[in-house]
Amino acid sequence: MLPEGIDEVLPPAADRLEQLRRRILDCYRSWGYELILTPFVEFLESLLTGTGKDLEAQTFKLMDPLSGRMMGIRADITPQAARIEAHRLDRDVPVRLCYLGTVLRASAGELGGSRAPLQVGAELYGHAGIESDLEVLELMLETLHITGVQTVHVDLGHVAIYRRLARHAGLEGRCEAALFDALQRKARPEIEGILAEARLADRESGWLAALAELNGGPEVLGEARERLAGAPDGVLDALGQLETVAREMGRRHPHLPLHFDLAELRGYNYQTGLVFAAFTPGYGRELARGGRYDPIGRVFGRARPATGFSADLKALLLLAEGEESGNPGGILAPAENDSALEATIASLRAAGERVIRALPGLDNHARQLGCDRRLVRSADGWKVEPVAEGE
Amino acid sequence: MTGILTIALSKGRIFKETLPLLAHAGIVPADDPERSRKLILDTNRPDVKLVIIRATDVPTYVQYGAAQVGVAGKDVLMEYGGDGLYEPLDLGIARCRLMVAGPVAAPPPRRRLRIATKYVNTTRRYYAARGEQVEVIKLYGSMELAPLVGLADRIVDVVDTGNTLRANGLEPLEHIADISSRLVVNKAAMKMEHRRIKAFIRQIAEAVEGPRPEEQSS
Repeated sequence: MLPEGIDEVLPPAADRLEQLRRRILDCYRSWGYELILTPFVEFLESLLTGTGKDLEAQTFKLMDPLSGRMMGIRADITPQAARIEAHRLDRDVPVRLCYLGTVLRASAGELGGSRAPLQVGAELYGHAGIESDLEVLELMLETLHITGVQTVHVDLGHVAIYRRLARHAGLEGRCEAALFDALQRKARPEIEGILAEARLADRESGWLAALAELNGGPEVLGEARERLAGAPDGVLDALGQLETVAREMGRRHPHLPLHFDLAELRGYNYQTGLVFAAFTPGYGRELARGGRYDPIGRVFGRARPATGFSADLKALLLLAEGEESGNPGGILAPAENDSALEATIASLRAAGERVIRALPGLDNHARQLGCDRRLVRSADGWKVEPVAEGE
Repeated sequence: MTGILTIALSKGRIFKETLPLLAHAGIVPADDPERSRKLILDTNRPDVKLVIIRATDVPTYVQYGAAQVGVAGKDVLMEYGGDGLYEPLDLGIARCRLMVAGPVAAPPPRRRLRIATKYVNTTRRYYAARGEQVEVIKLYGSMELAPLVGLADRIVDVVDTGNTLRANGLEPLEHIADISSRLVVNKAAMKMEHRRIKAFIRQIAEAVEGPRPEEQSS
């Protein structure tokens, strides 16, 4: 028995996972994203600085017997990457980082989710414009393409719209938290109740109530312009950014379904701008998610604009599972001690072949060992020959 | 959008009171669940099916996307959590109140209150918010019996007319929440099939808004 939400990956899935990992990291390198390996455990205060309560509740904690201090096992690599970028890399140019590693979470969170996802992601620091958001969004789509997920839907939102409206209306504390919660559930009756109780002006409360209904295709952005007319500056700027994304994504991927949702505030604790997630039919959860989180570096002494995305590679692998994995095949070599045989084996292996040496004293069934060919001695040296069907 | 729209409903009151709303959206079931043993009901529309399940299972079916939409009581949503769900509409049906009830004129015990309920999480939250330590006993039905046989001092249950309480010598003591049924929607379905789902929500909203009374007092 493994603990709930903890799993292991066996052959041949583990091999496919590794192939996927290499292709994804190669892709990130070709985009200029540099790989970092973050520590699996850290002192709690640096692990959790600037990340909000959600992450703290998700973090496994243990005591370091050497220092007597509390350590935490990473539950999300994004804040670690932000710390590394702010503290360790003191560069003034845009920095592109990528990572891949297992994280551990106290609860699986979403239904059927893992408590030990293999988090893969990329972050782009140093640019505050929508162009960098578009770049990481593109890279997320590229990642999903590599994993072989067929139909991707992209959901887009902008945290600044709700933030600005709530601040403008003077909502704080419990009232703001209740409204946030109700908005996440699009619970219209509750939203109306909370706004009525807060005694906002009609205009402010109308704007906030509209958020729950402003979701749908790109046409929603036009509707938002009308319903949020007169709203404070930041709101209309944010809408403008969403319009840019709609236009650009429409140009680059004319068949990609886009969905806009102005009440979608995932990762609200540290996200500050554009937020996005990818979905696929038949899978009720997000495949990957990301967005902008500008001020997180400030607590590490260096406020740098930042945007990025991440996904659980194991979950993506399961989705691609349906595909034909393709048996790699192999060559069974006899157990003889022979220099010519050893040289042949070495050259076959160097050419990328899988060569398995038979072990003496056992029945070495070629098929059971996954071999479709065998090495056979012939008049002019060792030859590769096919293994008969029923053998 | 092609594919089947699956609607999760529970038998009994919620099913009966949802029918007129579905009819307004042009959806009429082909069978009556009270008479049929089928768990999946066809409707007059080939692209719409109803699944008939236990009320407490409705949020689960919708969260996992086994049904894109469903009708669930607010009591169930409060108890099992509405994470991963949208609740865009109060259907105003199957109205009742979630209440604390106890034996008529019984003095509070000197020890910790013992509360029998099937709403364990909601009960804990309610008493925790008041700073009261209570012992919660999980029951699956006939809560009214518990105080009569000394199993508990109070119960937390939904109360409609209050007849069952009175018949068993109990009285409502504290009001926890007003309950009615909500339309719940799977989040991913809302995003990926927004045209069809939003049209459905709009039709149901039209059906509700007619008889919908003003905000009820709490």
